[in-house]
Amino acid sequence: MSADAPLDSLGSDDTRRLTRRGFGVMGVGIRREPWMFALAVVLSLLFGVMTVADAWVLGWATDHVITPSFADGEVARGGLYTGIILFIVAALLRMIGVIGRRLAGGVVFYRLVRDDRLRVTRQYLQLPLRWHHRHPAGQLLSNANADVEATWSVFMPLPMALGVIAMLLAAIGTMAAADPVLTLIGLVVFPLLFVVNAVYQRWQGPRLALAQSLRGDVSAVAHESFDGALVVKSLGREGDETARFARVSERLRDANVAVGRVRAVFDPVIEALPNLGVLLVIGVGAQRIASGAAAPGDVVQVAFLFTVVAMPVRSFGWVLGELPRAVIGWHRVRRVLDDDDHMPYGERALPGSGAVRLDVTGLDYAHPDEPDTTVLRDVEFSVPAGRVVAVVGSTGSGKSTLTSLVTRLVDADAGAVRYDGVRVQELSQAALTSTAALVAQSTFLFDDTVRANIVLDREIPEDRIWSVLRDVQADRFVADLPQGLDTQLGERGTSLSGGQRQRIALARALAREPRLLVMDDATSALDPDVEQRILRALAERSESGSGPSVLVVAYRKATIGLADEVIFLANGKIADRGTHAELRDRSRAYRNIVDAYDQAREEVDHE
Amino acid sequence: MSEPRDGGLKVIRRGLSMSPSITEGLGLTMLLALVSTAGGAIVPLVVRRAIDDGLAGGGGVDTDAIIRSVSIAAVVILAIMVTGWWSKVRIFTSTERGLAELRISAFRHVHDLSTLTQNTQRRGALVSRVTSDVDQISQFLQFAGMMMITSVGQMLVALVVMAALSWQLTLVVLVAFVPLALALRFFASAMSRAYDRVRASIADMLAVIAEPVVGAAVVRSYGVEERTQERIDQAVRTNYRNNVRAQTITAGTFGSAIIVGGIANAAVLGIGLWLGMLDQLTMGTVVAFIFLVGLFTGPAQQATQVIADAQNAIASWRRVIELLETPADVVDPGSSGTRLPDGDLDARFVQVEFSYPGGPPVLRDIEVSIPARQRVAVVGETGSGKTTFAKLLTRLMDPTRGQVLLSGVDISQVGFADLRRHVLMVPQEGFLFDATLGENLRYGRFEADDEELVQAIAALGLADWYAGLPRGLDTPVGQRGESLSAGERQLVALVRSALADPDLLVLDEATSAVDPQTELRATRALDRLLAGRTSVTIAHRLSTAENADRVLVFDGGRLVEDGTHAELVALGGVYARLHASWVAQASLDG
Repeated sequence: MSADAPLDSLGSDDTRRLTRRGFGVMGVGIRREPWMFALAVVLSLLFGVMTVADAWVLGWATDHVITPSFADGEVARGGLYTGIILFIVAALLRMIGVIGRRLAGGVVFYRLVRDDRLRVTRQYLQLPLRWHHRHPAGQLLSNANADVEATWSVFMPLPMALGVIAMLLAAIGTMAAADPVLTLIGLVVFPLLFVVNAVYQRWQGPRLALAQSLRGDVSAVAHESFDGALVVKSLGREGDETARFARVSERLRDANVAVGRVRAVFDPVIEALPNLGVLLVIGVGAQRIASGAAAPGDVVQVAFLFTVVAMPVRSFGWVLGELPRAVIGWHRVRRVLDDDDHMPYGERALPGSGAVRLDVTGLDYAHPDEPDTTVLRDVEFSVPAGRVVAVVGSTGSGKSTLTSLVTRLVDADAGAVRYDGVRVQELSQAALTSTAALVAQSTFLFDDTVRANIVLDREIPEDRIWSVLRDVQADRFVADLPQGLDTQLGERGTSLSGGQRQRIALARALAREPRLLVMDDATSALDPDVEQRILRALAERSESGSGPSVLVVAYRKATIGLADEVIFLANGKIADRGTHAELRDRSRAYRNIVDAYDQAREEVDHE
Repeated sequence: MSEPRDGGLKVIRRGLSMSPSITEGLGLTMLLALVSTAGGAIVPLVVRRAIDDGLAGGGGVDTDAIIRSVSIAAVVILAIMVTGWWSKVRIFTSTERGLAELRISAFRHVHDLSTLTQNTQRRGALVSRVTSDVDQISQFLQFAGMMMITSVGQMLVALVVMAALSWQLTLVVLVAFVPLALALRFFASAMSRAYDRVRASIADMLAVIAEPVVGAAVVRSYGVEERTQERIDQAVRTNYRNNVRAQTITAGTFGSAIIVGGIANAAVLGIGLWLGMLDQLTMGTVVAFIFLVGLFTGPAQQATQVIADAQNAIASWRRVIELLETPADVVDPGSSGTRLPDGDLDARFVQVEFSYPGGPPVLRDIEVSIPARQRVAVVGETGSGKTTFAKLLTRLMDPTRGQVLLSGVDISQVGFADLRRHVLMVPQEGFLFDATLGENLRYGRFEADDEELVQAIAALGLADWYAGLPRGLDTPVGQRGESLSAGERQLVALVRSALADPDLLVLDEATSAVDPQTELRATRALDRLLAGRTSVTIAHRLSTAENADRVLVFDGGRLVEDGTHAELVALGGVYARLHASWVAQASLDG
């Protein structure tokens, strides 16, 4: 949200520039959907013209049917039939116009929204992970949803507003044909309606924008407060949180009331204007008729015109009202679409099968936002094919970053990562993802079935899935789920415990039979003996040559004990390396970490 | 959701009674709104008078009479501008005030519900209770609801005026509009179904759109961009189709009101003339009726939209009411509660049982007494009930049966403010607020200054880690604290608990993601800092148990073993087994 702050304060933005940019957004939309938009406008013109025709029919009927009938005391039959047909035909055409305009206009809007959603999400899938790390998830979700809608919602009233232009011109035309003096009233009242609507939108614009952004604040506070419920509750901060929420809610309330006050002033004025126009027409019309300058039908027709035109003219106000949202929305959407950050994949495949050798040389990495603080410096090690290497280091020493670098989620600032001697940058994405599998510290599961979460885009036979589930000790709880493998997970499905989720994530990695498996503290939520059973089975398979090479971030000594070599990371550098026994012998810092519990136990024993 | 639901009117009545600010002065507001609406009928009446006063007559125009009625009408219109303004200001002010109160009390109520901490996946839905649901109600009350009232008012006024002018023509107009009214019922239910589908497809779409964002790393590392994109495409396109379908129904309703209006006009013209010839009505009446028909078509056009909005709003209102009517299961006795004595705190569980609604007991027959100043370790496999034990001990939940006593006082009788000052639980998930490190630490003690915060960090042996943070206390931690690693978040929570300085500290695997050395250093320092306090620690790293004064072992929802580490190892039961496997891991290579 904070990144958008300059644009949210539109009050200071030059209104003319804003309007111009708003028209620019409309232009983009029209160019994308020219035919459907044209159809909507044509039908809207039909509606506009037929609305005027409706009034003209009433005027015509007054002069040619009603007046003569009452004058003669006998129904003017021919005229009556014509009048009836005209009324119905005008209504029919108006109906076609309004249905068509709403449908075609709606299709334009929904298509623009759909297409941009698809564009934005494709971009999310294409932009590299470092880009994702720089943008909060909440912002990206709102880009794909609310911002896309805000950009194009101007297209809902736009065809109607354009049709209104035709309607007004037709109205002025028929008035001019009826009586020049009454036309003058129209020439005063119609522009006045425009002006009032425009002033209204200008007043309302900043107030609406404020209310909108406060609505975002209210939602953000609620989200965060409910997310952190356990912390709020355990620290007894419910009252403070409620006060925090009350503060934003009350600001929103005041902003909404401010919007309402402006509305309360303008709505009655906008409703009254055409009515006052009708009265003026009748007052002036009476004198025109008295002086013989106008026929009664002319007066009735012009009066009726005022009543039918008033509502549609408001659509101009709606278009103006949507402009600021459109400009902000488009700016945000474009920022995603125009970002050309990318991490190109190579074209090489990785021949052979079975475990690969991982070589890491001279790896440097700093956070893009904090270039002065090194996360990793000159990291160099290898995982020979089929071997298990453990990475040990204290909290915050750069272990997780290392796992993203070796699986090429992120590229290093310097140095190289190679699989079987091939730089990962040269590999195609397919080669990369079919070679290495990362099981991350925090588990992400898709809102999909257990099966889909394991197989993803592969075809994996049922018995293979179950055998992997057995490997990760998950077969029993999956079998106990209501629909087994086809149980839906997620918001509207079954929720799993942290340990169960981790096992599904592990199964997902193993089911792909990776040639390099990277685990970043991926078993932290499991009971120690469950973890042991899983890891031991894995190490045995690697040893027998049927398993992958494994790089594992771990704290537990049993896990580390399974490794052929241990890399000891401290402050982003490799402080030492060797077998667990070697490191224990020569590195006091290493001992302090891995033997912490033993040291503690000894102290207890000596107490 | 299959149980019978309250009807719409009942929901509205119940909702209004929950937000008395909305109904305050509602009578006057409605009266003003109706006056404004009624004023709209003045124009057709003036038209009629003017025509009958000779505008279209053969015998000359009575200009003075026309000017007189026009002037009166102008005054009426100016007057209804004022009443219109006044009614709108009133409705906006009262509804916003009432709904802000509703929003805030619903928010507070959510925090008092244990589902919030038990079922994390329902959180999104709870957020919409206090955001979009309330917005929906406000939208309805201020626009559709008002429009409903004024539309009905407008139609009634038009009907009365029509009936006064000519009952025969009134009948004609009604005959034209009755089929439309019947059709509207059909349209409205079709629209309601269409919008239900739109809403469902929005929920699906939001869920899959979140995948490439929240699960970016998984999508990337498994190369499943294509599959993800296909799922998104499908959801987005379904949503598009549902939107267009709903739009079609709205457009159809809008159009049908127009054609009915046209038919009514034609009928008024034909039958009006025929009646006129029979001297049943004047020429002005015929023309005025055509103006009056216009007062009917507008509301008819809006009706489906209004009905759809009303259905949405009633559904939202019902959800908010249901939320507020869900009894807060862990109730704060507030200021009437008993105060805990200052200083040492002991805890006692008396025949405690706990089960989730409709489920089997997850904890039963818990009878245990923890003396003040004792350091207790709680041990057991996943699902053994140890976290439930911790939540009952800190009253994040209430037992289904039995009692939890703190220094002899039933924990449910202790005011929250007092309870939380004495008792603190540090959960496994190290949740942080999207603020700076310093602000998050201050959650433990609001009045602490920067120096105290840094001292607390150093006191837990975390000075090295802190020195590595380029911006120190001003380091932004990001949403949910995710700019820090899982272990670092837990460290922050630990410092925060030290600052809070409780008499009873409960750690629920609070250091599971921290490296062993840092963990031991920090927890020992915490022990020192809180020396003499009662502490209960849950950990699957059994080093904690080795150091504790006493170990409680849970298995299958029961407290199965209770003793010191040495006693339990000697006992050769569950603990001995867990400990052996722990030692085996820790000492794999000697």
